[in-house]
Amino acid sequence: MPPASPPADSSAVRARPQSIADLFWSFSMLALQGFGGVLAVVQRELVEKKKWLTLEEFVEDWAVAQILPGPNVVNLSLMIGDRYFGMRGALAALAGMLAFPLLIAVAMAALFAGVADTPQAQGALRGMGAVAAALVTATGLKLIGALKKNPMGTPVCWALAAITFVAIGILRLPLVWVLLSAGGVASLWAYRQLGKTRALGGDAR
Amino acid sequence: MPLHLTLTAADWLGMFVHFMSLSLLAVGGAITTAPDMHRYLVGEQHWLTEDQFTSSISLAQAAPGPNVLFVALMGWNVGVNAAGGLSTGVMAGVYGLMGVLIAMVGIMLPSTTLTFAAARWGHQNRELRAVRAFKQGMAPIVIALLIATGWILASSQGTPLENWRPWLLTAVATVIVWRTKLHLLWLLGGGALLGWMGWV
Repeated sequence: MPPASPPADSSAVRARPQSIADLFWSFSMLALQGFGGVLAVVQRELVEKKKWLTLEEFVEDWAVAQILPGPNVVNLSLMIGDRYFGMRGALAALAGMLAFPLLIAVAMAALFAGVADTPQAQGALRGMGAVAAALVTATGLKLIGALKKNPMGTPVCWALAAITFVAIGILRLPLVWVLLSAGGVASLWAYRQLGKTRALGGDAR
Repeated sequence: MPLHLTLTAADWLGMFVHFMSLSLLAVGGAITTAPDMHRYLVGEQHWLTEDQFTSSISLAQAAPGPNVLFVALMGWNVGVNAAGGLSTGVMAGVYGLMGVLIAMVGIMLPSTTLTFAAARWGHQNRELRAVRAFKQGMAPIVIALLIATGWILASSQGTPLENWRPWLLTAVATVIVWRTKLHLLWLLGGGALLGWMGWV
């Protein structure tokens, strides 16, 4: 089956992975930089540096990766790999994401099991944990820029975001219910707004 | 206290099936299934010690790569236990790697297959109003989810008043990542160093 073409954008020649090997090594490099979570690195490398995706495309793909079961960044790599080189691309991206980190994690488990309990190692883990929290938060803050083009309009987007933050971050409600309720209402609203722009003759891409 | 287990082929198959069934429940990441893995591996089957369970999660967090690798480390530990502990050398390695393989294929296969099919369908039908509405509607929600996740991770450090140092570190690092292009590894290295020296 031929791979689906990347999103049409007539304005410029889009950056894209050169080959399956490029995909594998790119995702390997991403994964190896991703201490304490890979998403921040994926956003920075694929959107800001390599420019394979725009911020808006990244948010759209992230929404799909997040709603489907499985590790989110692994889902994201699978989707991006498939888009450029079909199933082989998906497998290459997946392998890149997992192969080297897996070797390192097992080596750490086998070799450093004894060191992990020292106060210094525990402290280092705590310090990295504090930074990892920052990476996740900052990635979310950066993605806010993608909402400017959202057909639901800025006030509705902010309201939905605030409700979600309170439900998950403060009230700690189960994710699945928040996704189903807030996500359901939001999707219906977006459906309605997209219909309106279409009726007005506006061609929202 | 290491465990010494004898695992039959049926036991390995049981672990494989259990991980496969958790795979499709892992909405929001594999870490959301950790409580059930604990119930199964530590509580019910006694294949892992409490310490092995906890260190699998913290080691995978400390290692580079996706956090799902904690599942691989649990498989590794089950395998090592089944071999009779790390002191058995090559045996432990072989059994450990078998555990890694079974755990990882189990947790990944169903979810990746579903993601592959669903995402491909979604991409091929990306001009459909319903598909666009879903993605656009979900956008503010998944962005807020990320910020909430960061908040939850930071909150695990205790309250800002009592543990102001890790909170300060998180706050400063957030602004740096958000506003500058400083390489992320510098920040992680800096955090690790501050922690190593006992400041955090």
